[in-house]
Amino acid sequence: MAFINYASREINCKIVYYGPGLCGKTSNIQWIHDQTRPDAKGKLISLATESDRTLFFDFMPIELGTIRGFRTRFHLYTVPGQVFYEASRKLILKGVDGIVFVADSQEVRRDANVDSVENLKRNLTEHGHDPMTIPYVLQLNKRDLPLVAGPDELKEELSFRNEPVYEASATNGNGVFETLKGIIKLVLMDLNNR
Amino acid sequence: MAANHMIITEQVYARFMAILESLDREANAKLVFLVDKSGQPIATVGELEGVDSTSLASLTAGNVAATEGVAQLVGEEGFTNLFHEGRKDSMHITVVADHVILAVLFDERSSLGLVRLRVEQRVEALGAVVTEMLTSTETAAPPVEAEPIGQITDADIDALFGGN
Repeated sequence: MAFINYASREINCKIVYYGPGLCGKTSNIQWIHDQTRPDAKGKLISLATESDRTLFFDFMPIELGTIRGFRTRFHLYTVPGQVFYEASRKLILKGVDGIVFVADSQEVRRDANVDSVENLKRNLTEHGHDPMTIPYVLQLNKRDLPLVAGPDELKEELSFRNEPVYEASATNGNGVFETLKGIIKLVLMDLNNR
Repeated sequence: MAANHMIITEQVYARFMAILESLDREANAKLVFLVDKSGQPIATVGELEGVDSTSLASLTAGNVAATEGVAQLVGEEGFTNLFHEGRKDSMHITVVADHVILAVLFDERSSLGLVRLRVEQRVEALGAVVTEMLTSTETAAPPVEAEPIGQITDADIDALFGGN
């Protein structure tokens, strides 16, 4: 849930990047961190294993400016994608305001994407969120790699609510900020509508 | 359905700060802070220089979430108090009214016993403010003159992204 603090005049929102293992969630956050000016970002915290796989979460706050005199901050989190970190994944969804589902476009990862979307829907429901209404965007990542499935095929398999879809290659930054902008818009409009 | 957002009014914030300031003083603490369980910072008092309070809030919430997960796995409802002991600084963490985390960072000027005592003395008052915050978020209208929600336009959002 978003925090609106009238004393410090801040709006704080939580956005979670979700998806199967090695789909590029951390790469998205890393690119945003690298490209954001120092005064607008906090430290990138990665709780990772020795082999750089996300163990618990990555976290980074960004501040985008003010709306109506309120500083607008977004806390970006990733979940660990590997199947056996299910318990950790659930914890990170607590209080989420918006979700970016990062799909791995490679043919060999199509089943993993589908499993992860279903896992996301289940975990959101457990936290009391309606997967059909929470701010949500789908990112088709790794479009720069060979042997990827077509965007239409992936949308057919993964899209479940006419959500905005972005094509991306997070390691070189393509589509990363477009995706972030898309989810932030939805989160703010969702606040607006309640 | 999960609540859509949490509103901290100036009055609620002032009451949080008053309790944290007295706790900070009476426990001889370095830093006292309140965090929502989802990792959003609420209020902080004490020696803030050089401290990344946003990351501190996020990691503290992650810490509590993980520990609660462990508690449930071993058949406990939760571990309500956590204590981390360092060489110089230590941290005492308590869950207040099921929703908010109170953390006290202290050094050799204080002790675990003193911190626990002072925290226990303040938890009830803090819990009352937390309950008020939750209730007012659900029922009361926010201050009209400062209401940012409901006025946000597409142009406002586009302006946030100026350079990108």
